[in-house]
Amino acid sequence: MALHLTPRDSGAITVVDASGRITLGDGSANLRKTIRQLVEEAHCKIVLNLADVDYIDSSGIGELVSAYTAVRSKGGELKLLHLTKKVHDLLQITKLFTVFEVYSDEGLAVRSFL
Amino acid sequence: MAPETKHLEVTLETQVESVNLAEEMCLRLAEAAGFGEDECYRIGMSVREGVINAFHYGNKEKPEKKIHLAVDLTPEKMIIHVADEGAGFILKDVPDPLAEENLLSTSGRGIFLMRAFMDEFDVVKAQTGGAEIVMSKRLPGSDSPHGNGSGGHGSAPHTEA
Repeated sequence: MALHLTPRDSGAITVVDASGRITLGDGSANLRKTIRQLVEEAHCKIVLNLADVDYIDSSGIGELVSAYTAVRSKGGELKLLHLTKKVHDLLQITKLFTVFEVYSDEGLAVRSFL
Repeated sequence: MAPETKHLEVTLETQVESVNLAEEMCLRLAEAAGFGEDECYRIGMSVREGVINAFHYGNKEKPEKKIHLAVDLTPEKMIIHVADEGAGFILKDVPDPLAEENLLSTSGRGIFLMRAFMDEFDVVKAQTGGAEIVMSKRLPGSDSPHGNGSGGHGSAPHTEA
């Protein structure tokens, strides 16, 4: 299943709704392109909504980390929202829960930037 | 009569599509062998990571090289072999992705995931001269304990660094 990414504004914050798989190939490339484009347009406060992403492989994990560092290098932040169980477990065993801020409520995620 | 071992092998092209193909093929075998949804996910992910490893690190994405996938289904376990035609590697030389200095690395988690998700995992020298990943998962109902334990999410093994 291809990865679809839909950015939308929530005040000064950009929420990116993702659905599909973040895996080697188009999924990872699509995420990279979308995040790079947002950063270039100075949208550096990003919430990535993963509610409809139930599969990420090591390439996808690498792309999430790459997005995180790209946004931070511009003084922004990338936070994660609504992890599915599989993605939650994956971030837990790879210790990336210690890196990413993760939210289960969009309002809280958005307000955390303010 | 001795219990039957089923053997299947396929040669894959060094291309991104082979990753999905291998995952899909092994998922069907795992389902047919009676593995539940969670174990199928772990087997599928491990096959995926093994083929990504062969595609990217082993064969360096060179289309003239092949990826060799084989599955043995014994009465006790499903054994998966993924061999590449690269230079091979030493498992203990693979950096630990959980080390503080590697947490923000954008690669290097595939081996860790395979070790975490499968019961047994090893890397040997392939007949092709490259690396051969050998990993297995006990069949549901099989009571012969070996390997690194349950292979579940909470039992991620320490990756040698």
